[in-house]
Amino acid sequence: MIEVHELTKRYGRPSRFRRVGGIRRPASTAGPAAGRTVSAAAPGADTGPAADRPAAGRLAVDRLSFSVKPGRVTGFLGPNGAGKSTALRLILGLNEPTSGTATVDGRRFRELPRGLRHVGALLDAHDVHGGRTAEAHLVALARTNGIPRRRVGEVLDEVGLGGAGRRRIGGYSLGMRQRLGIAAALLGDPPVLLFDEPVNGLDPEGVLWARGLFRRLAAEGRTVFVSSHLMSEMEHTADDLVVIGRGRLIAAESVAAFAARGTRRSVTVRTADPAAARSLVDALEAEGATVRHRGGRLAVTGADADRIGLLAFRHGIPLAELTAHASSLEETFMELTADSVEYR
Amino acid sequence: MPHARFRDLLAAEWTKLWSLRSTPWAFAVGAVAVLGVNLNATLADHRNYPNYSDGIKELFVPVWAMRDAFTLGGAMVFTLATGSIGALVIVGEYGTGQIRTTFAAVPARRSVVAAKTLVLATVMLAYGALVAGVSFAVTQAVLDGRDVGMAIGDEGVLRAVAASALLAPVCALAGFGLGALLRHTATTIVSLTGVLLLLPALMDERNRWGAVFLHALPQGAWKRLTEVGVSPVPVDHPWTAGGAWTVYAAWAAGAVTVAFLAVHRRDV
Repeated sequence: MIEVHELTKRYGRPSRFRRVGGIRRPASTAGPAAGRTVSAAAPGADTGPAADRPAAGRLAVDRLSFSVKPGRVTGFLGPNGAGKSTALRLILGLNEPTSGTATVDGRRFRELPRGLRHVGALLDAHDVHGGRTAEAHLVALARTNGIPRRRVGEVLDEVGLGGAGRRRIGGYSLGMRQRLGIAAALLGDPPVLLFDEPVNGLDPEGVLWARGLFRRLAAEGRTVFVSSHLMSEMEHTADDLVVIGRGRLIAAESVAAFAARGTRRSVTVRTADPAAARSLVDALEAEGATVRHRGGRLAVTGADADRIGLLAFRHGIPLAELTAHASSLEETFMELTADSVEYR
Repeated sequence: MPHARFRDLLAAEWTKLWSLRSTPWAFAVGAVAVLGVNLNATLADHRNYPNYSDGIKELFVPVWAMRDAFTLGGAMVFTLATGSIGALVIVGEYGTGQIRTTFAAVPARRSVVAAKTLVLATVMLAYGALVAGVSFAVTQAVLDGRDVGMAIGDEGVLRAVAASALLAPVCALAGFGLGALLRHTATTIVSLTGVLLLLPALMDERNRWGAVFLHALPQGAWKRLTEVGVSPVPVDHPWTAGGAWTVYAAWAAGAVTVAFLAVHRRDV
């Protein structure tokens, strides 16, 4: 169980300088917005979340609260730069929060003398010294936590690196490093597991394997928290979702509840002849619906299938097809995070 | 669940140190270079001894014999080698990101720093003793060919050997502390070279403040501690061996303190 309460992280110290028209000037001469760092050049131009930020510095995580339950796979989603990795570092005590708390099974992680039996984490596959062999890396890690040496062989076999254990990590591909990171996370047989973008660099078979592994770990009653910037990746793996954008919580709920939020439902309609189609379009547009032509079919948004069927019946238009589509998780995700995409 | 034992951290740091291919190479190359420099000076003296003036011959034991065992050039190479190894013990983790993996496994960061410090200091002490002992034994054996070699029991010899041996852990810890503070490999090595090697070369010992500054650096302390007999040139600003030992201790303690504070407080 991971609990995050009002977690906030601001990077960098308040600067004495702020940017005005590309020139760095001391804050005291910077004009009405002095003492407040706003990313836009003109004061008052920024009406987004940044505008009500207090003093300087970048808010990577902004009053984030959610909990991650055991026995389930929870997807942690957000666009690039949303603050996912920072949040995970805060949970692991690698970074100190500006305010708020993050606890793992009721305790702040940094209060634990040793971590591997409490939380297994893969933050970045590159967070290893390339000069060591995988075996030496894991032997040293295991030793710090009093984990028996035989676990090293076990986890290497489990992630499919059994034959590569004596090779230097520097020569590993990204996919192999991801597997090594997963091996390190499994070392202490921990009840809580964190994975930051674990399937990057894995081949399709590796992705399937990783999904199966996350499902199995959750089925064993563990808390499994997996971050990604791709919804499609989570669609088949996660039970719950935590979605953030610009450091703020957008949603924390089950995948089903999240899917139901999608508003871009559309209905595909096909009529017997073009004349009937024209009169149906007129009728629909009179009702305020939006109609687009798609290869002989009509794509209707703003009216549900019941309504369209009723309209066709009233106007005596025979329908050849009437199909309702829920928006995909991916679309819902894009829709909900559209306001918080920082880099595009 | 087994208890969190400190000696497990020591064992892990030992494994981490020796599982890098560069470690044995750095130690070996450092030792060979130091011994090479010292032996070269000794062989030159051995060759030229018959031609030396009576004044030099009179002072050869102990002044010049000791300087052959521990040349300034040798000490500079030794400083660079041990300081760099000490820096890499910590910068190697920050530079690669390994530090995050380490601290996620052991959230008690001070324990990690303590284990690293202890392993580094111990290994360096053994290494320093080995290099200093061998350098003394080999150079004096060569000089014995001219009957001007010294024995370990001679006055001031033990102190000079000990000071040369301790130069290794002192410089290694200085590199370790600087590395913990700066966290970047190139920045750390350049700063270390600047402080431990360049700064003493820029100081003028005849100037009062220059002497104070020089005496406060490990190299100045090492020079003082390896001096035996009466100096052939007048010393403008003499100081005690006790003061020099204190400088050694202060550098080691200061560097470890910096490492503890820097690593504990900052985000990784």
